Amino acid sequence: MSRPVQSRRLEGVDKNIWVEFVKLAATYSTVNLGQVTALSGENHMLHQYTRAFGHPPLVKILAQLFEKLLGQELDPMTNVMVTVGAYQALFCCFQAFVDEGDEVIIIEPFFDCYEQMVTMAGGTPVFVPLRPKAPENGKMMSSADWKLDSAELASKFNERTKAIVLNSPNNPLGKVFSRGELELIADLCVKHDVLCISDEVYEWLVYDGKEHIRIASLPGMWDRTVIIGSAGKTFSATGWKVGWTVGPNRLLQHIRTVHQNSVYHCATAAQEAVAQGFQRELMLYGKPDSYFVQLPKELQKKRDWLVQSLDAAGMKPIIPEGTYFLLADISNFKSDVPDVPNSDEPYDSRFAKWMVKNKGLAAIPLSAFYCGAHKNNYSHFIRFCFVRLGVIIRGGLVV
Amino acid sequence: MLLASRSFCCLGIRTYQLQTDLFSRSIKLSASATMAFRHKNTRRIEGLESNMWVEFTKMAADPSIVNLGQGFPDISPPTYVKEELAKASADDRLNQYTRGFGHPSLVEVLSQVYGRVCGRKVDPLTDILVTVGAYGSLFSTIQALIEEGDEVIIIEPFYDCYEPMVKMAGAKPVFIPLRYKNNGNSASSADWVLDPAELADKFNSKTKAIILNTPHNPIGKVFTREELQVIADLCIKHDTLCISDEVYEWLVYKGNQHIKIATLPGMWERTITIGSAGKTYSVTGWKLGWSIGPQNLIKHLQVVHQNMLYTCSTPLQEALAQAFWIDYKRMDDPDCYFYSLSRELESKRDRMARLLQDAGLKPVVPDGGYFMIVDVSTLNVDLSDVDAKQAYDYKFVKWMITSKKLSAIPVSAFCGSETKRQFEKYIRFCFIKKDSTLDAAEVILKNWNKQTA
Repeated sequence: MSRPVQSRRLEGVDKNIWVEFVKLAATYSTVNLGQVTALSGENHMLHQYTRAFGHPPLVKILAQLFEKLLGQELDPMTNVMVTVGAYQALFCCFQAFVDEGDEVIIIEPFFDCYEQMVTMAGGTPVFVPLRPKAPENGKMMSSADWKLDSAELASKFNERTKAIVLNSPNNPLGKVFSRGELELIADLCVKHDVLCISDEVYEWLVYDGKEHIRIASLPGMWDRTVIIGSAGKTFSATGWKVGWTVGPNRLLQHIRTVHQNSVYHCATAAQEAVAQGFQRELMLYGKPDSYFVQLPKELQKKRDWLVQSLDAAGMKPIIPEGTYFLLADISNFKSDVPDVPNSDEPYDSRFAKWMVKNKGLAAIPLSAFYCGAHKNNYSHFIRFCFVRLGVIIRGGLVV
Repeated sequence: MLLASRSFCCLGIRTYQLQTDLFSRSIKLSASATMAFRHKNTRRIEGLESNMWVEFTKMAADPSIVNLGQGFPDISPPTYVKEELAKASADDRLNQYTRGFGHPSLVEVLSQVYGRVCGRKVDPLTDILVTVGAYGSLFSTIQALIEEGDEVIIIEPFYDCYEPMVKMAGAKPVFIPLRYKNNGNSASSADWVLDPAELADKFNSKTKAIILNTPHNPIGKVFTREELQVIADLCIKHDTLCISDEVYEWLVYKGNQHIKIATLPGMWERTITIGSAGKTYSVTGWKLGWSIGPQNLIKHLQVVHQNMLYTCSTPLQEALAQAFWIDYKRMDDPDCYFYSLSRELESKRDRMARLLQDAGLKPVVPDGGYFMIVDVSTLNVDLSDVDAKQAYDYKFVKWMITSKKLSAIPVSAFCGSETKRQFEKYIRFCFIKKDSTLDAAEVILKNWNKQTA
């Protein structure tokens, strides 16, 4: 063939940092998810197709849960759709709403797939960074110290802006957007008639008694927001690949169209398992036994331990308000890993490779969460995942 | 509600407070919120929102209806397959992400099985992509390799998703029908053939790919080596890709052989071959499929995959891998599920054909797959007073569901708009059903004749 065999939509989306920095995430035990399939021998229809837009028991319980969380009525058939992980939910959103010429605002640092997916849909990603403000003397930096500049954010909105992607709690920083910050974004969305794609996969992982606020519950936002969630993150079972979208029918109808023309059905047994997991959790809601109470409590201890250890080792950790990630400033280690001027590779990427080789400790360079043009703006941070803390840190951290 | 709200307060989620705030501010902003809203669907999905399965599966969902419509088994998958899933689900290590392009033990066994079947080395890491069902493989393939300006040849009748997927990629579907070659009294799927001159005429410089489905849904045709050679010759002549949907590859009946077009000379480098766990192991709900082909094509499918869902389910892939190892080891043994399932289905096929013949119908006996189409016009059911715009088979199936409590799928749903009239006297039955379901169908078909006599 004289021209490339592959389609043009793949241009620029073929690289992926995870191929380079592959790692397994949590090994936290899950909530009864294994029991369902152990029982599937008795109900063999669990092995056959279920409803394409979501297994009825699962969409019903999700609707119940989100009705309470959002304070409004939801129809499980039209306001909820199940996807193959939150990843596929994001894909459906971009395919459903982003055409060539559309701009999509992405807040940096960002989960890397947002940029790829917007590009593949023919859209133009427009980046706006969270900017760190130095904390008061003596205090450790918190993810709350990274903020959007309101004038800078407003300047990114124009008539071509189709959507903004919000990720709260934020990966990799761990920031939990405050009500005021969400109102800032919401006001701009309403003013410019922009959609909000709200990636809330870490919604249950907030610490220090903080509140996860759903932007869809702010005035004017329900009608223009798609909420994305993940059973993988909710139940520490990422390998089950069950996610969902929640939103108004006038948005979900187009997401359903993409879904029915791409994967159509999601695995039945996995959905049944997640539905049963949620049944249990709804019964235990607010009680000490609830996984939604236990998990953040356990992870907060690990967070605090890691913060202390990294601080003692000479790194400067940023205390995350949520998620199971934390960033650490590695500028103190220039003697171990010197700067290489004119290098194509950002500093933190080289540091992370050195650290895995020499200290047996794996982390992801923060520059991986920035667009190409901004990779060197914040290149002295690495991201740790502390969900399997006991296994890695005690074994590997020797400085 | 009160109890739940108190519990919510414990977690700092103030639903009562929220509702008050929401109410007062929404009054102020509701005017602006409802006035400006320009968001409709993207161009790529324009016109693709309807789907006949939504309508027909809803109609057939009533448990009193004998469902021979949608293609899924109501027979049980093999015990060891279910056991492998139970084992995999209980293993905590399998609850987290696995390799994006396919779980290592699964791609390894697939490379062994297909290496043997294709008679060539299939690299598990570069020549295979695991997807969410064969449906996901079709989507990944089309998104990876097809774009605006391309034409894609689709053989009618076709599995209905091919057309919208090609359109969603911005390309133009070009249809060519299988035509009935009158061989006297025989009614076999082999009687339906492509006209080689007509096929050659569809190829031009814009033709990016042809989609082949063998064994074929809905007719059950198993393309012969000669028929595949005609297609292969054209692909090579016009430098066209072949997307070969072979989900029913193990379901071929006596006297027939499933041949992979990728094994014909000059075809491996231009073919993506698609398979399905759902169809191989009677587990449609597992939604695992795979694309197999040369690295220089598969790598583009992998790019789509990593930007679409990244990984498939770990426990399901592990369970599937274990089931495949069991059958791979006995591929020389007639008890291998790949062969035993088709033997089981052959007797169901023969029974289904007999039932339909006894009811005065002329079924097209399939050489493969688990569907059978039948011409219902000979029953002379008058539906002229029903919506004239709808195709006859649509009207017939709806009437059959409501008045006979038996469901099927109209074959014109599998045709492009110009060919619908040619196929509107056919409906499709699925026969991968347990004996009691076929017994119930038999009762309906026997009584049918009595009622209409």
